[in-house]
Amino acid sequence: MTEPARTLVVRCPDWPLTALGVAPSDPAMVLASGRVVAASTAARSGGVLEGQRRRLAQSMCPEAAVLERDEAVEARGFEPVVAALSDITPWVELQRPGTCAFAVRGPVRLFGGEESLVDSTAVTVQEALDDTLGVGAHPGCRIGVADGPFAAGLAARSVDGRAVLVPAGATPGFLIPFPVSVLERPDLVDVLVRLGLTTLGALAALPVADVVGRFGSEGLDAQRLARGLDGRPLQLAGHPPDLAVGIEMDPPVERIDQVAFAARSLAGSLHDGLACRGLACRRVVVEAETGHGERLVRRWRDEGAIGATALADRVRWQLEGWLNGPPGVRPTSGLVRLDLVPEELVHAGSHQPGFWGGATAADERALRALNRVAAMLGPGSVRVPEWRGGRDPAEQMTLVPVPEGPVAGSVDGLIPVVPHPPDSPPWPGVVPAPSPAAVHAAPAAVEVLDAADRTVIVDGRGVVSAEPVRLCQGGGAGVGVVSWAGPWPVDERWWDPSRHRRRACMQVVFDDGLARLLVLEEGRWWVAATYD
Amino acid sequence: MTLPSSLLAEPEPFDDLPPKEHPVPLATTLSPVRTVPTLAEAALRVRPTTLAVERILPVLPALVGLVPDGLRRGSSLGVSGPGARSLAMALMAGTTSAGSWAAVVGDPDLGLVAAGEAGVALERLAIVTTPEPSAWGDVVGALVGSLDLVVVAPQHRVGAATVRRLMARVRERGSVLIRVGDGPWPDRFDLTLTVVDGSWEGHGSGHGRLLLRRAEVLASGRRAASRERRVAMMLPSPDGSPASSEQTGDG
Repeated sequence: MTEPARTLVVRCPDWPLTALGVAPSDPAMVLASGRVVAASTAARSGGVLEGQRRRLAQSMCPEAAVLERDEAVEARGFEPVVAALSDITPWVELQRPGTCAFAVRGPVRLFGGEESLVDSTAVTVQEALDDTLGVGAHPGCRIGVADGPFAAGLAARSVDGRAVLVPAGATPGFLIPFPVSVLERPDLVDVLVRLGLTTLGALAALPVADVVGRFGSEGLDAQRLARGLDGRPLQLAGHPPDLAVGIEMDPPVERIDQVAFAARSLAGSLHDGLACRGLACRRVVVEAETGHGERLVRRWRDEGAIGATALADRVRWQLEGWLNGPPGVRPTSGLVRLDLVPEELVHAGSHQPGFWGGATAADERALRALNRVAAMLGPGSVRVPEWRGGRDPAEQMTLVPVPEGPVAGSVDGLIPVVPHPPDSPPWPGVVPAPSPAAVHAAPAAVEVLDAADRTVIVDGRGVVSAEPVRLCQGGGAGVGVVSWAGPWPVDERWWDPSRHRRRACMQVVFDDGLARLLVLEEGRWWVAATYD
Repeated sequence: MTLPSSLLAEPEPFDDLPPKEHPVPLATTLSPVRTVPTLAEAALRVRPTTLAVERILPVLPALVGLVPDGLRRGSSLGVSGPGARSLAMALMAGTTSAGSWAAVVGDPDLGLVAAGEAGVALERLAIVTTPEPSAWGDVVGALVGSLDLVVVAPQHRVGAATVRRLMARVRERGSVLIRVGDGPWPDRFDLTLTVVDGSWEGHGSGHGRLLLRRAEVLASGRRAASRERRVAMMLPSPDGSPASSEQTGDG
């Protein structure tokens, strides 16, 4: 087994902010799907943390500007930095916009030592950032050198100073104090923390057999990273010769929207080709050729194997960087060919799609249509039911927006929110089955009158003042009561003054053939639901 | 791999759907001596063949008296009368529990708990907010193209041209359109179900609770369904699901 390669990682901190043109001194934060992904130094000193919800972050630092994440802008802005680093080594690998890495072994001989290599890298990146963004408009870069990209990435993250060089062989010791959350596997980390394994050192100290027995291949990968080894051993022998995919584009394309769809399906077919051999890749080479014969090559890497969605994202970011980048980077003519070459093949892991259940073609088709309709009508317009529990028919089920659509060729994130099977503990005082077929989103205020045209009320003991005879709405003659049942008093959340609800429900059948669920709350009658 | 230029643009809304069956190869049905057929003729010949049983969406056993052969794909249904929502849920129950998807457009009041009790597979049910009248046709058109069952309750008057376009789509894709409510509809339904004579049982003046509703449903329609049928059923029965009256008996 090979030792992990000595790697240098360049990281531009808070790149989502920097790319959007926010100087470090301005209070600002960037959000993606309601959570903070980056905050400027000024916002962070106000108490904003990564991963916070929007509302909390805004209450911590009300003066901070709130920006939405734009990955296209991030990719576009980082391309000049990568282009400048190509002067040091052609083997630069991007991890995500704002972070890239390269193996130290080659260039270190050219520069005569790791320190001078780090210095030259820092100067190169600094100049590239100054050129594109302006002096002082960015927080500079952080550099880390260690054995393996995972440890080097942590070294580039954990510092306020410029660079951290972990000496060769000292990487396992360097990793010991880091919390397990740096593994970026939320489900696994959650279990590890509850088991009391809070640091990488604690995880690394466990016997390998126990980790595999309890956590399977994912746990083994995580432990290998924690021990300073490469995540998953490379699959070097016997892989088929040609897994690369490519397309030719005629006429040459110059705009991202012309090629985006093709790139997505290309990424899907590369992933499918790998998946049907049980493989995944840790690094993918995106190659493009222009009409003038220029050859553009970039490598993207991900420590976990790259999934179909992640692959499609990376190809799109790279095309964004090339086609919409600043003039020095942009190719002189349109792209005529695009190739994706998988490298560093690894076993795809033990995931096996279900034989029964899982996503069928009909499910995928339906979700695509629902997403298309959601795009037509705006977010939140297409919703699926989810069980919440409660006493009111309106409370028991709620509607949540349909999940974001599947990317072509992938089945990740396709299964919608499944309603909770109602085997939860009972709710005393729930309106019994059969439930009303129509639950009014906006209940109508009505008058419930007795034989003497007085409003029927329910006293504190849950007894009606008189038999209900008529239901009037808006001054009309109304409908007559045939029969009625109830009232059932409901006193909810009496311990919480702001959410306390006290009401009485009645099932009433009227002479128009319909039965209604009437609710008396704070002296007013409402039609909460209709047994349509 | 060479990419045709048509792929470089965004796809047409519905061209990503696989055909149901493999087309009959053209060569076996065309003799060489004949002249080149027109495009329409050729399309007719290579049309996929579908078995009759695949042209049917299943219904609950309680509804077999009402729709004996199940819901025919490519047809339209009108459901009206007091209890129309319950009946629509009963129709959705059989179809969604067999793996089809259903969408409800323009009925924000639909009781989801009642739908679950009726037997609707809620994980395959989507609720779409009421679209603007101008967008209504496009939205429903997109849904009938990909979902097996689309239930609509339009609050506005739907134009005849819109319905014609929709029904062409429904027939082409083999879905079923159900319209709930009593308002005017510019087209004849293939099957009309009307709830008549509903009466609730289980309550009195101040005691008991609603247990079940005995209802009679009138089915009339075109072609095979032209003979009128009257079916008595419990809509819903005490556990919330629809049941035929004979099934449980009166005891």
